[in-house]
Amino acid sequence: MKHVVVIDYGIGNVDSVCRAVSRCGAHGVVTDAPEAIMNADGLILPGVGSFAEGMAQLEKRGLISVLKQKAQEEKAPFLGICLGMHLMASVGTEGGVAQGLDLIHGRVVKFSPDSNKIKIPHIGWNDVKWRRRDPILCDIPDHTDFYFVHSYHFQCDEAYIVGTSSYCCDFASVIAHGKCYGTQFHPEKSQRMGLRFLKNFIELC
Amino acid sequence: MLKVRIIPTLLYKNFGLVKGTAFNSWRRVGGVLQAVKVYNLREVDELIFLDISATLEGRSPDFSLIDDIADECFMPLTVGGGIRTLDDVTRLLKVGADKIAINTIAVENPSFIQSVADTFGSQCVVVSIDYVRVDSNRHEVYSHSGRKATGLSPEQFAMECERLGAGELLLTSIDNDGMMNGYDLECLRRVAETVSIPVIASGGAGNFQHMVEALHVGKASAVAAASMFHFTEQTPLEAKAYLKMKDIPVRIINEMGSGHASC
Repeated sequence: MKHVVVIDYGIGNVDSVCRAVSRCGAHGVVTDAPEAIMNADGLILPGVGSFAEGMAQLEKRGLISVLKQKAQEEKAPFLGICLGMHLMASVGTEGGVAQGLDLIHGRVVKFSPDSNKIKIPHIGWNDVKWRRRDPILCDIPDHTDFYFVHSYHFQCDEAYIVGTSSYCCDFASVIAHGKCYGTQFHPEKSQRMGLRFLKNFIELC
Repeated sequence: MLKVRIIPTLLYKNFGLVKGTAFNSWRRVGGVLQAVKVYNLREVDELIFLDISATLEGRSPDFSLIDDIADECFMPLTVGGGIRTLDDVTRLLKVGADKIAINTIAVENPSFIQSVADTFGSQCVVVSIDYVRVDSNRHEVYSHSGRKATGLSPEQFAMECERLGAGELLLTSIDNDGMMNGYDLECLRRVAETVSIPVIASGGAGNFQHMVEALHVGKASAVAAASMFHFTEQTPLEAKAYLKMKDIPVRIINEMGSGHASC
């Protein structure tokens, strides 16, 4: 059984993610212990909260170098969800400009709709258009709806973009660099197809 | 494209689910875990769970109950009732709530909205605004499960909530609640046009056309319903089919096996 660590840094919906991981057949553990993180088959960085607060919490727990080592040097599968995806960027702008983990070069910026009729945050089910093939998409049809709730999005080089969605602009909803993945949506809250996505991630672990 | 959400509301009181009319005359409508299991199986868009007696009884949210609910709920879950501290929010999010709904504390101490938004992000803060119609063009917000008048108008209060960082508003007409005669479109529209955050219409849905009106006329971003799903044969899935027919974007669930191999 694959051991997947869900990083507990004080502000994520860690239990929901862990439950979903377990439902997908992996052994999920919620922890911030560096040793457990180093021994995991895969890591998930969940996310609810603001960028600056998220980085501050990771730093407080001494996790930044551990996560970078595991993801970049050991090339362990890594999945950032929502804020977790944002924290994979080089720079964030939520709650002041802050450095991210820089696992995927990019910048996190706020949606800037042209009209105030477009409601922010972007909350609800939105479809994801696949931009390229990837094992993480196994058995998930193009334009499947996933659950989103966010005001910021990840801007990066086209090469990292696996899927996009459209709200007030087209934005990256799935990104990948090697085995580092990020999803703007919440697979753990996207029912059957969300669980399928997590299962695909676990298969990579 | 973003889809319109259809959200069943579950009201919890004295160990079971209830539904009333105008925040009164409660009827029991069954066990909570059973309902959550059914809604999860049917893949509804989202669930709102409100513990309507917590504040009145002066108790905290029932964290272990929320934990049990979240075990059955692989869909977005908004939890409200009895939230008074940041620690309550931390614990609710930890056991599986995705968003928290606040009502009384948001009126008594509006800066709490900001504290939650600053710590956990605006996206998880839903302010639940209950109001009554005073006369044809005046409405008043009530706190404490509809027991206490606040002197605030829904538009005024909605603006204040947005300014302080609320991510979403659940706007409930106490007069229309449980009547199944349609949402209060006028007040809904006024509030929805005042703020730039999503407004969930609540109170009064009796049929699918009421939902269409809440979206088209009331300018709501999402529609919540309780009595309609508890007391009639109408289901969230049928509601979506109806909305789709009216060219409203909704999430249609494909049956198993429709996925193609993309790997």
